[in-house]
Amino acid sequence: MTFWKRFATNRGAVIGLIILIAVIIIAVLAPVIYPGGPWKMVQRPFLVPFTTEGLPLGTDTLGRNVAAGLVHGARVSLLVGLVSTVMALLIGVPLGALAGFYGGYVDEGAMRFTEFFQTIPNFALAIVLVAILQPTLGSITLAIAIVSWPPVARLVRAEVMSLKRREFVEAAHLAGLSNTRILVSEVLPNAVSPIIVMASLMVATAILLESSLSFLGLGDPNIMSWGYMIGAARTVIRSAWWLSFFPGVAILITVLALNLIGEGLNDAFNPHLKKGRT
Amino acid sequence: MSLVTTILGRLIKAVITLLAIAVLNFFLIHAAPGDPAAVLAGEAGAADPLFIAQLRERFGLDQPLYVQLWSYVKNVLTLDLGYSFRQGMPVYDLIADRLPATLLLTLSAFIISLTLGIAFGVAAAARVGKVSDSFLTTLALLFYATPLYWAALMAVLVFSVQLGWLPGFGYETVGSGYTGLARAWDILQHLILPALTLGLFFMAVYMRMTRASMLEVSQMDFVKTARAKGLSEHIIRRRHILRNALLPVVTLAGLQAGQLIGGAVLTETVFAWPGIGRLMFESLEARDYNTILGVFLVSAAMVILFNILTDIVYRLVDPRIGAKT
Repeated sequence: MTFWKRFATNRGAVIGLIILIAVIIIAVLAPVIYPGGPWKMVQRPFLVPFTTEGLPLGTDTLGRNVAAGLVHGARVSLLVGLVSTVMALLIGVPLGALAGFYGGYVDEGAMRFTEFFQTIPNFALAIVLVAILQPTLGSITLAIAIVSWPPVARLVRAEVMSLKRREFVEAAHLAGLSNTRILVSEVLPNAVSPIIVMASLMVATAILLESSLSFLGLGDPNIMSWGYMIGAARTVIRSAWWLSFFPGVAILITVLALNLIGEGLNDAFNPHLKKGRT
Repeated sequence: MSLVTTILGRLIKAVITLLAIAVLNFFLIHAAPGDPAAVLAGEAGAADPLFIAQLRERFGLDQPLYVQLWSYVKNVLTLDLGYSFRQGMPVYDLIADRLPATLLLTLSAFIISLTLGIAFGVAAAARVGKVSDSFLTTLALLFYATPLYWAALMAVLVFSVQLGWLPGFGYETVGSGYTGLARAWDILQHLILPALTLGLFFMAVYMRMTRASMLEVSQMDFVKTARAKGLSEHIIRRRHILRNALLPVVTLAGLQAGQLIGGAVLTETVFAWPGIGRLMFESLEARDYNTILGVFLVSAAMVILFNILTDIVYRLVDPRIGAKT
């Protein structure tokens, strides 16, 4: 069976993929769907959903279109999720690879460093970092990356440690390849599949983290995001439930889709594991 | 290695970690935009240059960096976490005042999530492939993807605003004058929603882990032997599978403790729960960096303490670990 066929046997994963593609399309087309942007006040405040034409999800405390906020908010969630994951991989993969490949003091040092970051409560660290660096898209992405790389480093280290004792690596040593060359072109390519699975789950976690930071008021003040919408509507929850309900559903669906995709990828990469997975 | 030396080793490591966090904190204060003295003073003192000059002298900010670092670390070691100009109180007192509420909340959430997670995980594993298993796994998948603070808000909406079953705000009824048992009952009612919503995500994590672990252990040879001996399914599941399957769950639970305290910031914000998480949120709005960093340090200390405790529990549950090392 090819990889895609194996992936497609997991119904949840296919549904997840469809949802994710839909969210990506909405995010990309946001300026076309609602050209006025998410901040424009279009009607009187607190319009109940499904009552006014053109405003399917009602308006918020300032009369802004909730649907436009949702559509534009998708951009930040996906962007921050993706970029912070790439950044976390850029920290975690080299660190884990060096630790696993060279062992000894390098390993000891790298692992102490990783352990330190794993001990610190990561959401609290993200809050502190964003608060100190001032909330901008860049600082939020950086903070999420800084708190998410340790599991990557551990995973890559474990993979590299088991791979480096394999015969093809010994053959490469005998062929006279340099250590760097062996690590980059022989060992790491074989560790790619578990990294991809972890990365898809990390994007999901990053989206949750970003929305949590925005909820606390630590979002970029110039950018509409789902977490900000919920945070801003928190105090009016008794009178206007829809303001916090819909953005939450958007986050839930997107994160769920990514988790389902991650599971599907895991199954597709490890066909022998099949049933009994988590 | 005996239990005592292990604990001693862990404690030394804990102190080193805390010192490293203190150093990190120090550099974060200096990384904050603007004059550190202005940062320390908060916006309140920022307008008056004379006041800032005084502060600079008082906090030794005119000294070289390494001298400042040394005095900062020394202060942290003596539990002096600085002064919150916003609240007009030493940060240590602020935190000490709020810590019990956070401990109550996080420990309740931890116990709820661990017991429910294990119970549901065992139930799902016992009915693997059946409808009830898919129902439980789907539920776990949903909880796993739900933003903590949103679950909290929705719980307030349903159980507090709509149904009026439970209070959705605060730690106890203000001005009720309850004492003794009546007060405990009042606090318990206020605790239910925050503890449940904080525990929801972690319950999902523990449930998935327990289910997977139960299924994995049930494939092992000693389980087949037990079955061949003619033991009842019930006894096999409880004595043979569960005991072995719980180990990875306990390990994971220990590691997740940090996340639980981070999550408390969100839960306490939604429920106006007077803990250190809520304190952190209030300090964010006021840009009260001393308090933010103090809460950060204390929450890290809580995580470390918790990890040591899980380590001890782990050793008690599985005597093999002590014997091996």
